[in-house]
Amino acid sequence: MNLRSQPLRSQPHRLPTGGLIDRDRPLRFTFAGRRYTGYAGDTLASALLANGVRVLGRSFKYHRPRGLLGAGAEEPNVLVTVGEGAWAVPNLRATEVPLYDGLVAAPVNCWPGVGFDIGAINNVFSRFLSAGFYYKTFMWPDWHLFEGFIRKAAGLGKVENLPDPHRYETCFAHCDVLVIGGGPAGIAAARAAARSGARVLLVEQDAVLGGRLNHDDAMIDGLGAPAWIRSAERELAQAPETRILRNTAAVGYFDHNLVALLERVEWDPARLATPGQAACRFWQVRAGRVILATGAIERPLVFGGNDRPGVMLASALRQYVNRYGVAPGRRAVIFTNNDDAYTTAFCLADAGVEVAALVDARKAPEDLAAQLRGRGIALHDMSVICDTRGYKGLKAVRLRDASGRMGWIDCDLLGMSGGANPTAHLFCQSGGRLRYDEEQALLRPGPAVQAMEVAGGANGTLALGPALEEAHAAAMRALEGMGQMPAAIPAPRAQASRTATITPLWSVAGGKSKAFVDFQNDVTLADIGQAHRENFVSVEHLKRYTTLGMAPDQGKTSGVNALAIMASLSGQSIDATGTTTYRFPFTPVPLGALRGSATGPLFRPVRRMPGHACHAALGAVFEEYGGWQRPSCYLRPGETPHAAEQREAAQVRRAVGLFEGSPLGKIEVKGPDAARFLDLVYANTLSTLKVGRCRYGLMLNEQGVIIDDGVAARLGEDHFLVGTTSAGADRIAAWLEEWLQCEWVDLDVVIAPVTAQWGVLTLSGPQARAVLARAGTDIPIDAAAFPHMSVRDGYVADIPARVMRVSFTGEMSFEINVPADRVDALYQALMAAGADMGIVPVGVEAWMILRTEKGYLHIGVDTDGTTNPLDVGWARVLGKKVDFIGKRSLLRPADQAPDRLQLVGLEAMDGPDHLPVGSHLRLAGRGDGSDGYVSSSVFSPTLGRGVALAMIHGGHKRLGEAVTILCAAGERPARIVELASYDPSGERLND
Amino acid sequence: MLRLSCPFCGPRDEREFHCGGQSHIQRPGPAEAVSDASWGSYLFDRINPRGHHAERWHHSFGCGRWFNVLRDTTTHHILAVYAMTEPVPDMVQSDSVA
Ligand SMILES: [Zn+2]
Repeated sequence: MNLRSQPLRSQPHRLPTGGLIDRDRPLRFTFAGRRYTGYAGDTLASALLANGVRVLGRSFKYHRPRGLLGAGAEEPNVLVTVGEGAWAVPNLRATEVPLYDGLVAAPVNCWPGVGFDIGAINNVFSRFLSAGFYYKTFMWPDWHLFEGFIRKAAGLGKVENLPDPHRYETCFAHCDVLVIGGGPAGIAAARAAARSGARVLLVEQDAVLGGRLNHDDAMIDGLGAPAWIRSAERELAQAPETRILRNTAAVGYFDHNLVALLERVEWDPARLATPGQAACRFWQVRAGRVILATGAIERPLVFGGNDRPGVMLASALRQYVNRYGVAPGRRAVIFTNNDDAYTTAFCLADAGVEVAALVDARKAPEDLAAQLRGRGIALHDMSVICDTRGYKGLKAVRLRDASGRMGWIDCDLLGMSGGANPTAHLFCQSGGRLRYDEEQALLRPGPAVQAMEVAGGANGTLALGPALEEAHAAAMRALEGMGQMPAAIPAPRAQASRTATITPLWSVAGGKSKAFVDFQNDVTLADIGQAHRENFVSVEHLKRYTTLGMAPDQGKTSGVNALAIMASLSGQSIDATGTTTYRFPFTPVPLGALRGSATGPLFRPVRRMPGHACHAALGAVFEEYGGWQRPSCYLRPGETPHAAEQREAAQVRRAVGLFEGSPLGKIEVKGPDAARFLDLVYANTLSTLKVGRCRYGLMLNEQGVIIDDGVAARLGEDHFLVGTTSAGADRIAAWLEEWLQCEWVDLDVVIAPVTAQWGVLTLSGPQARAVLARAGTDIPIDAAAFPHMSVRDGYVADIPARVMRVSFTGEMSFEINVPADRVDALYQALMAAGADMGIVPVGVEAWMILRTEKGYLHIGVDTDGTTNPLDVGWARVLGKKVDFIGKRSLLRPADQAPDRLQLVGLEAMDGPDHLPVGSHLRLAGRGDGSDGYVSSSVFSPTLGRGVALAMIHGGHKRLGEAVTILCAAGERPARIVELASYDPSGERLND
Repeated sequence: MLRLSCPFCGPRDEREFHCGGQSHIQRPGPAEAVSDASWGSYLFDRINPRGHHAERWHHSFGCGRWFNVLRDTTTHHILAVYAMTEPVPDMVQSDSVA
């Protein structure tokens, strides 16, 4: 059914006038499967309230029906999933989701639905679900028996098991002054800083600037609030170095003034599907100075049944009335311990909502009492609300006066106010501590520990005039702190207001219903009492035991009440009780926003070899090896990859193959001390190498573990070319630098990684020399002039080249290094030269077959993070006279133990099939456990059977012994053999 | 996320650097003259102070140079940046460490 063709439903709770909404732009939306309409400018919350929808979710633990408590980031109850299918985003606060046409939302914590919820049975059995229930109830007999039920019944939200189609962007910014919060204080601070010429970034989580001015009108500098906001916005827009980010929440405060922001760019899936349209931007801002103007959050009062749909924060009611033009109820009661909530009573009455009573726990201030009388609102002071009634929505509240007399007042709306508390999450994340302000009954920031100023409500300065002055002064101090000259401009002035008062009221006893402290985590007054009785003294323990203040909520509405209750139970002061740690993020951040665009093909850069196009033209199958796209094999028509690998390997033994080895690490080491340096970093000796010759070497770490291998060539007395594995190219270059810069600082050596500068094409096979000669070279290449393990400079096919006779295949090989941009030309020349000699392109897999036949080890495949040179047959390094990295570790008894895992060859005894790589094996006469494993295994086309390498305990002394291979197919017999299965004497290399 | 001042490049974000851990560790030698205990200490023993910590950092995504940093582990204040060859600057521990 097409949502957009449905007739508009009426919005029974929409006031006839008022609000920052566009009544000419009705928007259709669906919540929990039912269709409604709201207006542009609504949030999902205000639109639902306008439609009279009261039960909007179920609570986390007891699955009690819940409605809205607040109107902004503090909302703990109404978490929704917005969107459908892959576009669904869970755990959004309905108060922070702007309405758009076609929005589809559902509550996160109901099963099967809001109206009937199976989990509500938890409410009946709630005595089993009190504080610490996870730890106590599910200990016996086994947590796993309960886990399935718990996981289904609990938890917030559900993520679709589909790829996330949203586009996320990552932004970085620097500024002089970062102002967090676009309320009156934030605007005043940003304006003062901008006028002084500073680079200013002003961020506001709401879609509009103004903060509370959007629901509490005031006169500032002779202007009404809307006009003042507009004039400030105009001025900031014109300031050349100032930027405003709306819909942007500051979510994290890290070291050295790094602040993380989450900008919500677009919600509507219809627009999100447009290519390039971001859903969120995750900003990382490094700010010279931060001005925290995050305002304050109203505290609920803690009394029986304070969680029924219809019990809301008093200040939130003003927001719904004034900003959204919604009457949140028909008949209201206000319950307060401070002056601010009186404003709500007046606001509701003026909007035409019947206010049945205002209940003040204190003696009411006379001037406010007079104003109530003027509007005909009944006042019950020195009284409290101790209980409420109404399962799916508030029906009545129970009044108790100072003498203990009780009575029920019918109402469908209760506005409560326990006072306001600074939104100090970011301050705490920055490392600052809060301290208790007795007079205002709030926790406010102590001294800042980073380059930060706190102003306005966030600093406990709740009245508008002082907040504006404080923010202005904060901007001046911030500029001075950075050595900038503040402009001589006056602070904005608000009309004077009366001094507000408060008397703390942390909890009200005597109600039959549960009294909630943390609505999101379903933690009650009784739970805190129980935790106290069970000797939980630290607030951090209280938090973990009861789950108070955890998860997305981060104690926004509950934190201070919980501390105060804890303090009163323990008889400690609130300061001595301390606060729990507020954590990143202040408000939930989609994981996708953290990863940004780094996913799929953009997860990391794709590295292609210089000869990539040549391989592609020859039918290469590309796979990633060590971050490089390399040919695994070259498929001929109708060929399987396995057949191609076998064919390529066989052709290298028979004739000649051409392999690109450009990713091989190449590091030039030069200087008078180059030879001495390489003796220190290789386990074997390099200083005795003659100019023009090459030597294979192993590098160890200080643990004596092999970290890389490769061939080093001596280009001159003071000049070496160090070859590393492809995967080790960057790592080994950094390793050598670290030793030179940090340990052997006196050595006169420089190193230069040149891996990407040189491309490498390797001719390998009995015809290699003939192909090289045909391609044309000025280097004498006969065996006497150019023996195995030597290096020559010259030209190949008219391309300047450095040629090395080294071999990873056991065949005669020429590694031809040329400038990377000449690889293409050389590749064509060599293929053409070898055409009638049977040359084939060879991929990585064939290369691995050839080296396994020869028993050449592959670092990281045949070795792991424990393998030392002795384990691979290099005991001779112990005889090296001079010191080298890792030498001392090789002298430890454990490094020389005879039963270490040692590299050996392995031959299957039950036929030609090759053994599975990774299989464990067992020595003869051993009943259980593993005596080693198969590290490399291939089918050799030349030998017509499998060949394998293995790491076996004490393997070197067990040559010829039988072993049993334990594999999925069952047990297979094999025996330990020499490493090289093919040409063990190496005579083919010396042709 | 720290902000470090590379002695060669100037202030940069921590993401450009790599921390090499505790600095000023003396490598014992020659190998044959080193006891198991002192070699083990060189390999594995690291201080974990609450307060000043001298550590070496590498400007991996910049100039590629190593340098020393004196950092307060409780406040993350960078107290000094100095060359690999220089000794730890003499600095009084701040009050916050007490
Ligand atoms: Zn640098």
